Amino acid sequence: MSATPLLELRGIDKSFGPVQVLRDVALSAHPGEVTALVGDNGAGKSTLVKCISGIYPTDAGEFLFEGRPVHINNPRDAAALGIEVVYQDLALCDNLDIVQNMFLGREKRSGIVLDEPTMEQMAAETLAGLSVRTVKSLRQHVSSLSGGQRQTVAIAKAVLWNSKLVILDEPTAALGVAQTAQVLELVRRLADKGLAVVLISHNMNDVFAVSDRIAALYLGQMVAQVKTTDITHSQVVELITAGRSGNLGLRAESGNGSEPADATPGALR
Amino acid sequence: MTTTVVQQEGPAAVTPAPTVGDHVRSYVARVRGGDLGSLPAVIGLVVLCLVFAIVRPVFFSAANFANLFTQGAAVTVIAMGLIFVLLLGEIDLSAGFASGVCAAILANVVTVLGYPWYVAVLAALATGVVIGLTLGFLVAKVGIPSFVVTLAGFLAFQGVVLLLMKEGTNISISDGVIVGIENDRIPPAIGWLLAAVAVLGYAAAQLLRHRNRVTRGLITDPVVVVLARIAGLAVLIGLAVLVLNQERSINPLITSNKGMPVVVPIIGVLLVFWTFVLNRTAYGRHLYAVGGNQEAARRAGINVDRIKISAFVICSAMAAIGGIIAASKDRSVDPNTGGSNVLLYAVGAAVIGGTSLFGGKGRMINAVLGGAVVAVIINGMGLLDLSSGLKYIFTGLVLLLAAGVDALSRRRSAATGTR
Repeated sequence: MSATPLLELRGIDKSFGPVQVLRDVALSAHPGEVTALVGDNGAGKSTLVKCISGIYPTDAGEFLFEGRPVHINNPRDAAALGIEVVYQDLALCDNLDIVQNMFLGREKRSGIVLDEPTMEQMAAETLAGLSVRTVKSLRQHVSSLSGGQRQTVAIAKAVLWNSKLVILDEPTAALGVAQTAQVLELVRRLADKGLAVVLISHNMNDVFAVSDRIAALYLGQMVAQVKTTDITHSQVVELITAGRSGNLGLRAESGNGSEPADATPGALR
Repeated sequence: MTTTVVQQEGPAAVTPAPTVGDHVRSYVARVRGGDLGSLPAVIGLVVLCLVFAIVRPVFFSAANFANLFTQGAAVTVIAMGLIFVLLLGEIDLSAGFASGVCAAILANVVTVLGYPWYVAVLAALATGVVIGLTLGFLVAKVGIPSFVVTLAGFLAFQGVVLLLMKEGTNISISDGVIVGIENDRIPPAIGWLLAAVAVLGYAAAQLLRHRNRVTRGLITDPVVVVLARIAGLAVLIGLAVLVLNQERSINPLITSNKGMPVVVPIIGVLLVFWTFVLNRTAYGRHLYAVGGNQEAARRAGINVDRIKISAFVICSAMAAIGGIIAASKDRSVDPNTGGSNVLLYAVGAAVIGGTSLFGGKGRMINAVLGGAVVAVIINGMGLLDLSSGLKYIFTGLVLLLAAGVDALSRRRSAATGTR
């Protein structure tokens, strides 16, 4: 609320052919805060994340990173700025160990030889910095880890590179109760370390447990971005499903009337 | 003395350093969890050797031991190349006839055209690289399944060999260097020197790595285990050299026949080089990553297509070396060089050695151990005078057994969550 947001998006438009998926979307992520990005299936959450991480180009709109306008044309640009995305699945290689996964594609070398001791030390320091104590050995294969531990490794991998903004795509979707708590605690710790965190989630309990702000997408429009303390559980659900709740969100008359029918790929209720 | 060193590591490491007992227990746990590694190959090797030795005592003679190396060399080298493709979860069915094409090029350049041996060897290697580039491009860029691409190669290369051989004649090779690969021997003294270099090099690498990790406070294997590994290698290499240095000639006064075949150190160098590439370079790491989870590798910024093409190039280039060795062994090249069951023996060697057909799991040493099993089977069945029908059936069963062990251990690792 006081400092400039780490990442600020203004007026983002994105269409796939005739289908407009994002219209005039604004989003800000502040250092030290968890911003929950919520919305129904097809609301545009994943598209928005892919625009931020440089996988999709945007049609219009401004990116401000640390107050400066930037252009993100590919994933490498995003990584150079310090933006890391943790995907829900497919992020780790089962046949490699924890250290090998954390440094995959960005291995430390001395000459042409891999510098294993340095990588192992850095991995150990990163995990210790996140107070992760659940893994037995850094040299165990990822296939032997539980779902929560895998998610932990994936998050630690994102933090390793002095990233400033970490985007988590449904990190708890496939986890049990205890493991969800473990991962949420880790998400909170990331923000407490001063990183900006964007958390995509369908689970209202998770959202209210860790987030500082909630940003709700409805049919490609950002209908509200408010502090978590200023909103209730049922209001968020209304924002997700109807696009408005009381004086929040889309205005009643313009809300549904201006929606072209073909721009609504996601079912509402 | 060694125990004090182990105790000193304790405070530096996050968790206490594992003891020898822990090491053994974790190995047993890995094996029970389905991570068999080369264990089936080692057990198979011991059992087969015992059976053949009991039925045909000549199996254990020094002369026959040397035969194992020359008989298994070509298959082992082709298997080494195949492991790169298998690591990606792909297959190269054309490797056998690719080696035949390269051997035919070699024979044409050195015998028909009369160029020196190194020009012929380079031409054969270049042919292998071109074949690999073509196969890799079709698989990675065009997107045809490797099974189909290399099956087409299997048929087409067979035809290329026939054309190069002018419809079935064979070309003999008399060049001393090329023939020498399989038929010359290294003087015993130099054999011992090479063995000493290998053992000392391994010991230095292991001890340096151990010391580096201890000084940085990382968890290390106990010193005893490191020393045991070095001692084990020294004993194995020492015994092999000792036997190979025995006189094998029936009448030593006419022709002396002792020392290791020239091909043995060649395989040793290839083994060390490719093991280094797979385990110690970023390229090797990326190869395993693509084999383990292609999408994760792509998201980590790895150029998956380039890795795939390079694996096919290495495979075909190694097939070229295999072809050169086969040509050296027969002192000639005919349309059947690299044909019949060479490819199946090579795939069998890799799989028997512990490389998974499902990708992501395998090591270079697998090719050597599996190649040894294949060589023992070929050699032993030859000594037993089995009919060729029985030989084919037996070899097929062994390959099936190895693939079965691979599939079952994979199921077991899925069940226990380890690989």
